[in-house]
Amino acid sequence: MSHVVTPAPHVRDKETSGKIMREVLFALTPACVMGIYFFGVRALIIILTSVAACVLFEALYQKVTKQTLTVSDCSAALTGLLLAFNLPASAPFWMPVVGAFVAVIIAKQLFGGIGQNFVNPALSGRAFLMAAYTPQMASSFSEPLDGFKNFFTFDTVTSATPLINMAEEGFAPARADYINSLLGMTGGCIGEVCAAALIAGGVYLLVKKIISWHIPVTFLGVSFLFILVFGNNPAYHMINGGMILGAFFMATDYATSPVTVKGRLIFGAGCGILVGVIRLYGGYPEGVCYAILLMNLAVPLIDRYTRPRVYGVTHHKKKSEV
Amino acid sequence: MKKILSFKGGVHPPPQKNTATYNVKDIYPQKGSVLAYPLAQQIGPPCVAKVAPGDYVMVGQKLGDYDKPMTVPVHASVSGEVKEIRSCLTPSGSAFTSVFIENDGLHNEHPEINQPVNYQKLSRDEKLSVIREAGIIGMGGAGFPAHIKLNPPRDKHIDYIIINAAECEPYLTTDHRILIEETENIVLGLQVLLSLFERAQGIIAVEANKMDAVDKLRRCIYITPKASGRIKVVVLKPKYPQGSEKQIISACTGRMVPSGGLPYDAGCIVNNTDTAVAVHRAFYRGRPLMRKIVTVAGDAVKNPGNYKVRIGMMFSDLIESIGGYTEEPYKLVSGGPMMGAAMYKTDIPVTKTSSAFLAFTEKEGRLPAERNCIRCGRCVTTCPVGLMPLMLNQQSLHNREDQFIDYCGMDCIECGSCTYICPSKRYLMQSIRAMRSNIIQNAVKRTESDILTTNADEHEESVPDRPWKVKE
Repeated sequence: MSHVVTPAPHVRDKETSGKIMREVLFALTPACVMGIYFFGVRALIIILTSVAACVLFEALYQKVTKQTLTVSDCSAALTGLLLAFNLPASAPFWMPVVGAFVAVIIAKQLFGGIGQNFVNPALSGRAFLMAAYTPQMASSFSEPLDGFKNFFTFDTVTSATPLINMAEEGFAPARADYINSLLGMTGGCIGEVCAAALIAGGVYLLVKKIISWHIPVTFLGVSFLFILVFGNNPAYHMINGGMILGAFFMATDYATSPVTVKGRLIFGAGCGILVGVIRLYGGYPEGVCYAILLMNLAVPLIDRYTRPRVYGVTHHKKKSEV
Repeated sequence: MKKILSFKGGVHPPPQKNTATYNVKDIYPQKGSVLAYPLAQQIGPPCVAKVAPGDYVMVGQKLGDYDKPMTVPVHASVSGEVKEIRSCLTPSGSAFTSVFIENDGLHNEHPEINQPVNYQKLSRDEKLSVIREAGIIGMGGAGFPAHIKLNPPRDKHIDYIIINAAECEPYLTTDHRILIEETENIVLGLQVLLSLFERAQGIIAVEANKMDAVDKLRRCIYITPKASGRIKVVVLKPKYPQGSEKQIISACTGRMVPSGGLPYDAGCIVNNTDTAVAVHRAFYRGRPLMRKIVTVAGDAVKNPGNYKVRIGMMFSDLIESIGGYTEEPYKLVSGGPMMGAAMYKTDIPVTKTSSAFLAFTEKEGRLPAERNCIRCGRCVTTCPVGLMPLMLNQQSLHNREDQFIDYCGMDCIECGSCTYICPSKRYLMQSIRAMRSNIIQNAVKRTESDILTTNADEHEESVPDRPWKVKE
C-alpha cells in the first residue's frame, strides 16, 4: 500500500479565498439593508439583478472557455453587490446587467479571472456606465423614502446629493446635516449613503484581519487633510458620497491594491489626494471611483518599488531590466 | 518575567502538541529484525563501508567512515550480523548505500565505547575529534556535521552558542521532553561546546509554550558549577519558524546573518537540543550517536508519544512495536508537518536527523486544490525573510531567472510559511524551491564549463560559494 506524497508543508491554514469573500459580503450586509430601507423595492431589485448578472456572466464565460467554475468563491457575487452599491436607485433595471458585463467579462475574466484583473471590476463597471449613461448615473439620485410605508413605490423623487450641492454652491454650513449623512438620509447611490453601516462593516473587516488598516487610514486621513488645507469642510466630505465605501471596501480589493505595507500606505495616500483634487477642482462632484481606478493602474509600479527589506541583504542592488 | 523575544513575520499553525506530557519510552528493536544504516546521513560525501556482509558487528562499532572533512562516521546501534550492503530509501527521498544488520537481540557492546573522557584535559582539536568520532551531526534536520560547525574560520569570533529548543513545528515534542528529562545533560553538553570558545555565551532558546522546561533549565543552570555566569535561558514567542537558524539568531541576539552567509558571520553557532545531549553522551559516557528521540503522532496512530528509537530501525518496525495504526493512514510524514518529507512506504530507516513520524488520516492530510492568486499579500507579510512569495511564484512558473534572483529568491529559507497561509492554497514555496535548485544547477554547469574552457590550469578551483552570483 503506498501513501500520498506531496511536498511540504503538509498542513494549511483554514482561510480560503471563498471564506474571505463571504466575510466581505457579510461586512457589507448592514449597508445593504440600509440601502434597501432607504430606497425601497427598486434598490432591492437592482442589487439582486446586479449580483445575479455578475454570477451568471462569470459562469457563462467559464463554461464557454471551458474553465473550472469558480462562482462558489463568491467573488463575482461580491463584484455584483459592490456594483449595485454604486448605482442610484433610480437607475433603469437593465443598467446593472450592462455594468455587470463590463465588470465581470471585460475587466475581470478577459484578464484571467480572479486576482488577475488590474482594475477594480465593480468600479470599472460603474465608470463605464457613468460615461455611457451620464444622465441616469450622475444627476438623478432618488430621494430616500420616508420610512417603510413607501417600500413598494417604484416612482422615484430625484434630488441632488450633498456632494452635488457642495460642488455647485460650495460648503454651506446651514445645509450640512451630519446626522442624516451619517445615517444615510440623503440622496446618493444605494450602498454609499449610510456611512455608519459602512464604518461598522469596515471595522469588522479590520478586526477579522481581512483588510489591514493601511489603505483605509491613509485614504481617509490624506483626503481629510487635503480637503482641510484647500478650504472645505473635511468632516462633511468624509461621510458623504462613496468615501467610506471606497476606502474600506473598494480600495482594499486585494487584486488591485499593493501587496506590501509601504505600497499600501502610498496607494491609500494617492487615492486620498486624487479624491480631494477631483472633488474640489474636478468636473465631477464625486471622485472616489476615478481616484481608485487611477491608483489601481499604479499598483504594479508601487509594488516594484516598495519591496520589503530582505533578511540579511544590506543594500539592494538595483538591476536594470533585461 | 523577562521579555519574550521573536522575529518578524511567521505563522501560527495549530500546535497539536498533545504528546508534550508523554514520557519518552524506550523502544528496542526486536530480535531478528533488520536495521538499515544509510552511509550518508549528513551533508557531505558519504562514508565508505568498513564492514562486509557476513561480519559480526557490535553496538557502537563503526560501520562506515571516510577521510573527508564533511563526513562523519555511522555506528551500529545493535549487535548482529551484516546481512547485505545495498541501496536503501531514506526519509529525505533519496536512496543511499546502506548497511543492513540483523539484530541478534544480545546487545553486545563494542569494547571501544563507554570510555568517558574529561573534556577539560583535551585540546580544541581533540575535542572536535571526539565529536566527529561520535558521529554527531546537526540534528535539527539539515544534518550539518557538528565538528565543522564548531570549527569556524579563525577570523570569525563566536560570541554566542545557541541551543535551539524552540521546536516551532506542530506535533513535535521531542525537544520539550528532552529539556525536561535530560535537563542536566543539555547544560553539561553546552558547557563542553562553550569550552571550545572562550568568549562565547551560551543561550538556550525555548518557546514560551514550554515554561515548565524553562523553569527546570533555570534551576539546573543555577546549581551546575560555572554554568550560571555563562548560560542563560531565553524565552521566545511560540511562532513558526521560530526555530529556523536565522530567525532564532535574530530573536536571541538582534543580529542578522548576512545574505548568503553562515551563522558564524553573525558570531553565532546554533545547535539542536539533541546535539547538546549527544555531545554530553560522547564525552561523559563515551557513547557515539546511536539513538534518536522521535515523536510519533497523527490521528492514524494508535499510541502517539515520544519514543527513544535506535537509529537504523525501520519506521514499519517502530509503528508495529507501539501498537500500529487506528486506520490505514492517508499520508506518512518523516519530520514536522511544515518541513518534513512525505513517504510512500515505511521500510525506511530512522536516521540521525529524524525527528518525527506522522501518520495522517485523510481528514487531517488532504490538501485543498490550488487556485488563482488573489494578491491578498498574506505571503508577503508572513515571510520571515521579507520576500514576496507571490512574485517569486510567478517568476518561477515563467522561468524568469534574472528577476527571481533580483527579488532575492535565493535567500528563501524554505520554511513553507507562505504556502501555509495562502488562502488560494498555492504551492508557493515548492515553486520557489524548484527554481532555486534550477538556478544552482545551471550556475554550477556554467561555472564548470567556464573553468574548463577558460583556464585549464585552474581545474581544481572549486565552484564558488554562491555560483548564481557569477556573471557570465
